[in-house]
Amino acid sequence: METNELAVHCRKVVKVYDTGGQKVTALKGVDLEIKMGELMMLVGPSGCGKTTLISVIAGILDQDEGTCEVFGENLLELHNHQKLHFRAKNIGFVFQAYNLLPSLTAAENVSVPLIINGVKRNEAERRAAHVLDQVGLGGRTESLPAQLSGGQQQRVAIARALVHDPRLIVCDEPTSALDHETGHTVMELLKEVAMHKERALVIVTHDARIFSFADRIAEMDDGHIVKVANAAAAIS
Amino acid sequence: MNHIALKMLMGDRGKYFGIVMGLTFASLIMTQQPAIFLGLMNRSFSFITDVGLPDIWVMDSKVQFVDDIKPLQDTELYRVRGISGVEWAMPMYKGMQKARLADGTYQNCILVGLDDATLIGGPPAMVDGKIEDLRRSDGVIVDIDGAKDKLAKPSPTPGGKSIPIKVGDSLELNDRRAIVVGLAKVTRTFQAQPVVYTTYSRAKNYAPRERKLLSFVLVKAKKGQNLTELTRRIRENTGLAAYTRQEFMDLTYKYFLKNTGIPINFGISVTLGFIVGSAIAGQTFYNFTLENLRQFGVLKAMGTSNWVLLRMILLQAVLVGSIGYGIGVGLTALFGYSMRNTILAFKFPWQLLIFSGAGVSLICVLAAVISILKVIRLEPAVVFKG
Repeated sequence: METNELAVHCRKVVKVYDTGGQKVTALKGVDLEIKMGELMMLVGPSGCGKTTLISVIAGILDQDEGTCEVFGENLLELHNHQKLHFRAKNIGFVFQAYNLLPSLTAAENVSVPLIINGVKRNEAERRAAHVLDQVGLGGRTESLPAQLSGGQQQRVAIARALVHDPRLIVCDEPTSALDHETGHTVMELLKEVAMHKERALVIVTHDARIFSFADRIAEMDDGHIVKVANAAAAIS
Repeated sequence: MNHIALKMLMGDRGKYFGIVMGLTFASLIMTQQPAIFLGLMNRSFSFITDVGLPDIWVMDSKVQFVDDIKPLQDTELYRVRGISGVEWAMPMYKGMQKARLADGTYQNCILVGLDDATLIGGPPAMVDGKIEDLRRSDGVIVDIDGAKDKLAKPSPTPGGKSIPIKVGDSLELNDRRAIVVGLAKVTRTFQAQPVVYTTYSRAKNYAPRERKLLSFVLVKAKKGQNLTELTRRIRENTGLAAYTRQEFMDLTYKYFLKNTGIPINFGISVTLGFIVGSAIAGQTFYNFTLENLRQFGVLKAMGTSNWVLLRMILLQAVLVGSIGYGIGVGLTALFGYSMRNTILAFKFPWQLLIFSGAGVSLICVLAAVISILKVIRLEPAVVFKG
């Protein structure tokens, strides 16, 4: 499904955190390419910089050095409002803890990215209901997150990441809070509903059980990408 | 996004009611306490407002407020009458006298003596009898609240309800007989003493023998007269103090403000109400924002601007502020209405609505600003933290 067109192109990305006077370098010159239509997994031990890297890729964190181009846009060069607009239009998020708004129904939660993009509420909720149907939650549009199981909440989160048809979806540990079977279902859903040649997926994970869903796996350690390999090669 | 902001606010019912209750409490204290304060302060000059007809009050130059009686010689009345621009000038006696009640106990009363011929300065409304009945022998008019309460006759049965005095009953004022010929409705005074009206000449008989007994000269200006100019002329020609009704009310009001602890006491209540209300509402609202910080982070990550988030928080603050303010003001109005026939002083002018509205708005703005700063400084990358 992947094409040769690059969705993400990071070159020598460095990110340093200042934690109470102590400087911690989370990314030490990371180079990474993610192609359109590709599902890339970032793996590695805790604290190796995976989350920092997807934050930079998603445009919610500025790197200190290097460049990171997403769909040809150097995010560092964008003004704040341009970056907001870019994120609202092009990026979908799936979080480990789902991060659904607890007082909104499933349909309302899914409609949030559309409303941010200026779609009227009624239209947004209609489209949200359609996407919920696609992820198998057509009958739960009016349910609050607390009334849904973990797997269902993650499916709502996936619907929310897809509803505005973004070109890049970043997922942070999407299966770590789920049991094996539910995690597997969620990944199948992501692969089936989210993947197409005009979109790329970046998934940060520790969960070796889902490695087989990746096209490529980038292994990180201590702020570096130490190996990028096809899923089969990486698993072996 | 407004819809999302409101849902976020009302989603957590406990916190939502907590914020509203805090603001209700602040609004209630900031409205009810000043309303009682204003009611009390209004009573300080209620005697002046009850005397409707005269334009100018003339008195000893040392008088500081309406109850501070420094008697004049009766001849001062004629001097005032001789000043150009004066339509008429009438004497008034005002003093505290002891009334001996049927059970032998004594009660302090405000005795008011009105000009025998015109009865100018009489009670604003009669409940029973006519003001002209004062011309009957030993006639006095008693205020209805005093008649029901402090001047009431004891119950014939032990522990029973006291019996209000009525027309035809008698009192003793300074060992002299007084017959109740009417009951009047007067505005409660600051000291809440019963008010007893009689004629000027009879009042002088009830009062202890003194060389000077004239308390005030009530003056009506000729049509078209400039009151400020007339008061100046009276002052210059007589050496007495002369005030328009409004000036005399202000003088009394300021005296009570300056020389009693009332404003400080009520000021403390209102300030405490503001602080406690701010603390409860501000803290709850801030905690609400803190607990929703991750959600704001998610919205920020998804592309919501700080401006939109700021608008959402302001909307939340305005909503809880309006509801809290409305309930607080409503409760105050209800309180005032339920206390309308009691001794409690209560005045609720529209300016008070603005005062408490400004107070509640300030609390909301403070709480919202602190919350907004937190949200603006929020790094959207927080959403990826576990």
